[in-house]
Amino acid sequence: MSLAVNRREFLCSLAGCAAVAAVGGCSDITHSDFFRKRFREIEPGEMVDIIADLEARQKEKYGKDVTISTKGAQPGVEFGYALDVSRCVGCRKCEYACADENNQSRDPELHWIRVLEMEQKTGIDFHNADPYYEPETVPEEGMFYLPVACQQCRNAPCVKSCPVGATWQEDDGIVVVDQDWCIGCRCCVAACPYGARHFNWTEPELPAEHHNPDQHYLGNRPRPKGVVEKCTFCIHKVREGEYPACMEACPVGARTFGNLLDADGELRYILENKKVFVLKGELNTRPRFYYYYG
Amino acid sequence: MQTARLFGTWISGSLRIICRGGALYWAWMALLLALIGVGGVSYYFQLRDGLVTTSMRDQVSWGFYIGNFTFLVGVAAAAVTLVVPAYIYGWKPIKEIVVYGEMMAVTAITCCALFVLVDIGHPERFWHLIPGPGILNVPSSMLGWDVIALNGYLILNFVIVTYLLFNLFRKKQPNKKIYMTLVWLSIPAAIAIHTVTAFLYSGLIARPFWNSAILAPRFIVSAFCSGPALMLVIMQLMQKFSTFTIRREAIHKIAELMTYFMGFNLFLLLAEVFKEYYSDTEHVVHMRYMFNGVHGHDAIVPFMWVAVACSAFTFLMFISRKRRENLVLLNLGCALVFLGVYLEKSMGMVIPGMTPDTLGEIFEYVPSWNEIRVSLGILALGALLYTWMVKIATPILHGEFHFESGKDREKAAS
Repeated sequence: MSLAVNRREFLCSLAGCAAVAAVGGCSDITHSDFFRKRFREIEPGEMVDIIADLEARQKEKYGKDVTISTKGAQPGVEFGYALDVSRCVGCRKCEYACADENNQSRDPELHWIRVLEMEQKTGIDFHNADPYYEPETVPEEGMFYLPVACQQCRNAPCVKSCPVGATWQEDDGIVVVDQDWCIGCRCCVAACPYGARHFNWTEPELPAEHHNPDQHYLGNRPRPKGVVEKCTFCIHKVREGEYPACMEACPVGARTFGNLLDADGELRYILENKKVFVLKGELNTRPRFYYYYG
Repeated sequence: MQTARLFGTWISGSLRIICRGGALYWAWMALLLALIGVGGVSYYFQLRDGLVTTSMRDQVSWGFYIGNFTFLVGVAAAAVTLVVPAYIYGWKPIKEIVVYGEMMAVTAITCCALFVLVDIGHPERFWHLIPGPGILNVPSSMLGWDVIALNGYLILNFVIVTYLLFNLFRKKQPNKKIYMTLVWLSIPAAIAIHTVTAFLYSGLIARPFWNSAILAPRFIVSAFCSGPALMLVIMQLMQKFSTFTIRREAIHKIAELMTYFMGFNLFLLLAEVFKEYYSDTEHVVHMRYMFNGVHGHDAIVPFMWVAVACSAFTFLMFISRKRRENLVLLNLGCALVFLGVYLEKSMGMVIPGMTPDTLGEIFEYVPSWNEIRVSLGILALGALLYTWMVKIATPILHGEFHFESGKDREKAAS
């Protein structure tokens, strides 16, 4: 079975796929994937069929009823995030909750959040940071922790670099990737100053028991090999008024997510009353992800 | 109609030519075809399993493929610019220099396109780059611009070579106004492809090692060292194996011009080295990774010192006119400077740019064997293409292969 799939994939990977598909060398499913337009160009009518097809294929593979939302940005909403560095204990609960929520590959293990351990006496210093710390208990004496994921930049270098427009910024500020349009050139990986973009170097393995059926087209659909993926602030949750999984998982309340345009919100309170900073501010990426010492 | 028929004769005649050759030719073909076969099988493994078959990972997400791509863009650019001195100094075989240079450009760009193709995760989605059915994200994406520049350059050079050779084949004098206009157009285009390729890197704010204003000048100057070095060796080989002749003084002039560029190349390197080490900001870590090693990670350090040594040694050797006019030393110098620029510009440019990564992690990248086999396959394909093109072009340039040559042979036989 797997051999047959591989052969089909191989044939389809050749430049002559169109011709092969035309003579029936590829199944209908591969056929429609190959010719699928970018998300933004798909007509609403077509979209219904595509979603139904995608949901059915996932049901077959994972044995669950899947819903894939295509809900757009809501007016009057611009998402932002604030993280209290002094509260973070480095437990990595956010990192694993993120993987559970967003259908990340378990083998090889892929994480959108990376928690860096740094020394208190040196402050934020990426070149002496350790993402692979493994002590018995956290926090370690003399250390502090800095979780880093996509900073949802207003002036996003990744979006600028993509040769096919497969990644863009939505009106609510979320930078998304169309996994079915991405060619896998990794310009955006090279362009991102925060290591927030991840490439699927091989076929991601997602066991059915870890599969999350609650999805958004531009978010946590399981990815194929050869495309780039990234944090979307849990687009499938936040556009429904829920919080991102990392915030829900944080045991010390270091994370605050909200609408930057909501003047009475907790997020705005933090931005206006705390000493807030962004990572690599000199690069003028203007992140929507803020850090502060509470 | 007549033209189409003649074109057909040309193609079939050319096919006959590449099917003929001595033992050396067939041994060369066998070697190249074997390498292409091995590369093809290795690429199949990569398509089946993903780019995990390479050593690249999120930390170092571009490697050997993109390094070779960058170097070959330089070769493509420099091969053509040899036309400038040929024209200025009035070297006799200007047509030959144009043809061999532009064929090298066509070959190098073909290899460049293949190196990009094998580097991307979804090669079957290449059509997403074609405006119309797909989306070419210009003006903002530098890779988008590179696609335009490289394809434009490929077409331009292909047209020039085809125009010249086909007209000579049908014994019609090529219109000098037409082809020289195109040739002059190809010179700024050559500079453009290498500039855009440099901008692909230097526009990335996330990578301070590349985010340098002198990256484009460095690319162009180093290309003017490696490109002519390759062409000088090829021209001498051609002189040996065919009736092609190039005047001694032309070779000497090219060597002299190379010397200036080598000096300038070293100067630009010095400017970068000074800026990084003297300012000693956190950005120096990339250059330290290149020349000193960081935290015991020093896989590329010896290669980088070899690269600098090759470039410096050749420059010092070539300063003396007597030495660079000695054919043995000249060819030694060409080999060394080619190696030096290759190391500096492929691995020496790409890997330190990404090591340590943007969050400070050091992931030591060394290309995998599968990656190397795929790359050798592409280079062998390039060598095969160039061999065939030279084999077809040389007899045309010497008037031995033309539309009546079949009849001539019959006449001679009777």
